Amino acid sequence: MKKTNNTTSGFLSQLPKNIFSGFVVSLIALPLGLGLALASEAPPISGVIASVVGGIIVSIFGGSKVTITGPGNGLVVVLLGAITTLANGDLYQGYIFTLAAIICSGALMIIIGQLRLGILSDFFPSSAIQGMLAAIGISIFAKQFHVMLANTSIKGDTISLLTDIPHSISLLFKPEYSAIAALVGVVSLLIMFFYGKIRNKYFQLVPAPMWIVLIAVGLSYYYEFFSSAPYPIDDSLLVQIPNDVFSNFPTPDFSLILDFKFIGVVIAITLISSIESLLSIKAVDKLDPLKRRSNINKDLTALGIASIVSGFLGGLNVVTVIARSSVNVNNGGTNRTSNFFHAVFLILFVVLFQDQLKRIPLTALAAILVYTGYKLAAPKNLKIVAKIGKEQLIIFFATIIATITTNLITGILIGILTTIIIHFILNKSVLFFIRNLFKPNVLMFKEGFNDTYFVSIKNFSSFLNYSRLKRKLDTIPENQDAIIDFSLCDFVDYTVQESLLGYQETFKRKGGSFEITGLDIHGTSSEHPLAIRSLIPFSKKIKIGAKSNLTKRQKDLQNIANNFSWKYDPKKDHDVSGLHDFVFFKTKKINYLNNSIYDSKSIFRISDTEFSEGEFIARTLVRTTIMTIKLKTEVPKFTLDKEGLLEFIYKFSGFKDILISGHPDFSKRFFLLGEKPEKIKLFFTNELVLFLESNPYYHIECNGSYLLVMRKERLASIKEIKALLDYGTRLEKVISSIQYEELLLKSPKIKS
Amino acid sequence: MNELPHHKFNTILIGVAFSPNLKNNIFEAMRMVDFFDSKMIIVHVGEKTNEKEDNIKKLISGFSDDDEKVNVIWKQGDPVTVIIETARENNADLIMLGAIPREDFLKFYIGSIARKITRNAHCSVLLLIKPSEDLRPCNHIVVNGLKDEATQKTILDSFEVAQNLGAQKLTIVEEISRQEVKVIVEDDQSLLKDTLIKEQLAQKEDLRVQHILNDVPEDLKTGILIKTQSIFGKRGYSIGHYAKVVAADLLIMNAPKRTTFLDRIFLHDLEYILSELPTDVLIMR
Repeated sequence: MKKTNNTTSGFLSQLPKNIFSGFVVSLIALPLGLGLALASEAPPISGVIASVVGGIIVSIFGGSKVTITGPGNGLVVVLLGAITTLANGDLYQGYIFTLAAIICSGALMIIIGQLRLGILSDFFPSSAIQGMLAAIGISIFAKQFHVMLANTSIKGDTISLLTDIPHSISLLFKPEYSAIAALVGVVSLLIMFFYGKIRNKYFQLVPAPMWIVLIAVGLSYYYEFFSSAPYPIDDSLLVQIPNDVFSNFPTPDFSLILDFKFIGVVIAITLISSIESLLSIKAVDKLDPLKRRSNINKDLTALGIASIVSGFLGGLNVVTVIARSSVNVNNGGTNRTSNFFHAVFLILFVVLFQDQLKRIPLTALAAILVYTGYKLAAPKNLKIVAKIGKEQLIIFFATIIATITTNLITGILIGILTTIIIHFILNKSVLFFIRNLFKPNVLMFKEGFNDTYFVSIKNFSSFLNYSRLKRKLDTIPENQDAIIDFSLCDFVDYTVQESLLGYQETFKRKGGSFEITGLDIHGTSSEHPLAIRSLIPFSKKIKIGAKSNLTKRQKDLQNIANNFSWKYDPKKDHDVSGLHDFVFFKTKKINYLNNSIYDSKSIFRISDTEFSEGEFIARTLVRTTIMTIKLKTEVPKFTLDKEGLLEFIYKFSGFKDILISGHPDFSKRFFLLGEKPEKIKLFFTNELVLFLESNPYYHIECNGSYLLVMRKERLASIKEIKALLDYGTRLEKVISSIQYEELLLKSPKIKS
Repeated sequence: MNELPHHKFNTILIGVAFSPNLKNNIFEAMRMVDFFDSKMIIVHVGEKTNEKEDNIKKLISGFSDDDEKVNVIWKQGDPVTVIIETARENNADLIMLGAIPREDFLKFYIGSIARKITRNAHCSVLLLIKPSEDLRPCNHIVVNGLKDEATQKTILDSFEVAQNLGAQKLTIVEEISRQEVKVIVEDDQSLLKDTLIKEQLAQKEDLRVQHILNDVPEDLKTGILIKTQSIFGKRGYSIGHYAKVVAADLLIMNAPKRTTFLDRIFLHDLEYILSELPTDVLIMR
């Protein structure tokens, strides 16, 4: 009972913040809703209806916390295509058909949500999605640029629209042209671009799109009250809003429901709205101040319901939108009520300011969309993609070109196909993928002693089979430690790595750790940290260990080294002769050491090593992280192991556990072995025993002048390396404080 | 409380072809015969020639003078049926097959013989990923702990094998599949539920295996470090993956049965292991 009280009072205390942030969001949602609807050739109010319905329904049924829902950018292209083509050019009939398509797609979304298929969105390669978004951006930009310059009559496909841009600009200088409208558009665009640069508290209170609306409406009032000249913007360039918005709804026309073209539209709407929504939810989850995990399937269901309702009311379909959601978080939105209130404020605006809304010039709204399109297609994205690798650039451009010249579905399919072909070429094998595609390649288990989740991936890991990995990763609580090991994996693509990076951030935020191991030895296609990694050599392979091409783990190692003013060397060192002295490595073939960090005096050295058991026979390769410590004085050789962990000591058969007198607990817990028991007993002083007893367990071995410290037979995570480093340095202190020579002299029993 | 057969493997059968692997295969088999103090049957499917006979004799001469212990059989016919029939006729209880690490398309033929024998043999089958001339120590054995009536016997037998091979560590792996957890993680609540259920399942599985372990005679357990591990993955497949991750030397699995529909599914699991041998695999019957 008390708990509910708490949450209720918590809810109430959060309410003002959420109402405020809902208000700010509605300021953006209003112009965007009108603009997106206009860009789709739908009645302007349909965008606002989608926002209102989305805000109310998704805030009640949804599964995410701080997202805002409404009409989406990505849909503009699909809806525009549908409205203009479904009824062969009759815009109103096309709109009615499209409403039916929106309702059908809503039903599909509900099915996807109920079948919990939200995970399928991970089936798309990252670069192809980016290419698709860029193509959408280009399409919006191309069309709206003309509208912004008050040239509304222009038609054609994206490419001809782009090539016509100079023509529209030249029109501006003709005397009969309505230059004021175009001027409003250009000024609006400048406001969008420079809004972020003006760091004024009061100016920033109102979002940029609202400034544009305020200025444009203000201008019309100026002409009405202060200027004798007539309002220079023609009625056809102003927003048309029916007077009976909330009473006279259009009726969707389902007569095309079995038509091939109609079904294509339904699929496209569903595909794009699912992808856009899921991308937004994923991104917004990273902003959530309370670090909650959104239920994407519940959200998809809610978006489906909202789209159906919106469609019946004459609105566009409802998706989760990233820009408005992030504004919501920035203004203090903490729960779903902000989405609800954004809808309430929108209703108020439409009811109270209907007259003012009709004064907004289309050119101003088009300017907002030009900016949105530019943002989607931003050349900056291109640079990011190019850095990851040339092959990503090919995928990116193939998708863009295919999307612009054909349609979205063909575009994304070509993007997927290009990615697959590039993966085939990079790996020089088709069979490799076919053979391993359906194999369950992910293993997860919880390591018994420290509760770390260990996930091992083998064969290959790309967007094709990423959902399997994701399913496993999703079941790891983010406040735990997880290690993702790719040692057995021959090929890892960019989509997977990018997504893992997202996990890494989430785990970090929630107090866990998420470490990726086993990628350090793969070859890469570029110097970017997220570049495709493959064990199969690339034709022009970047040299492994090149300084600029380090994995996350390697960079972290470098940072550790820097913090201690140690040195870091990622290169493989094949000279491992020193290690063979240790009993542990006696029967193992050490291939190389890499990722070494060491201090300037070379006393401590932590490195990854790869070895195989037994000479000659190629057994499974094992990679593990070890620490070696150079000792100041000669001490007896010994091996110290946890009692019962026989795997390390079978080579010692014949030796007996050495008992240290006065420390029964120690002797019980540890297996101590060595050739000279008397000397070892002398060496294990009270301090050393106490140190070993009070610290976590490590396998320690001494070959006389060096110590070998390790935990287990796998690569250590960064967290574990830090612990190892700390343990090793303290152990060295304890050991160097033991006056072994003196003890030896004092003890008459032992004669060397 | 359980009656154990004193020697798990009394008669070991190995089928040989005159390939470059011949020597390694025979050496491996001879070592097994040594470990288990059993008889050995060498089967060659093909024509008997003096040259071949000398070759085999030379190879086994270094190992045993005892003619009773080694029996070389020459037979013509389909390798799969010949080997399976000979094993049955001679009451062999272990067939050894030298497999190849991954069946490439070129070598598929050999692989398919090994598969067919594994599926249809009446006795246990040991698949070696890389037969070698030298002795490789078998330190770590991974055994399946599936919820299956054959599991108890498999685990008991594994201990005997472990003792004979001188293994130090034996890990019993319980596989927990997603279907058993029955929760799809969507948000924080379902995640919590999923974690709890998995914990409970892991405990339950552990308890079950501990019960089996209690029945294992103490003298079989001495000197062996016993570990249990729950893994989350596809049943039957992930255990191979696990064996590879921990670099186990031998993986011991229940044999597939071909009686009911459910066992057919299990047969499918074994196919996974066969298509991608993680390490040496012993199929217990």
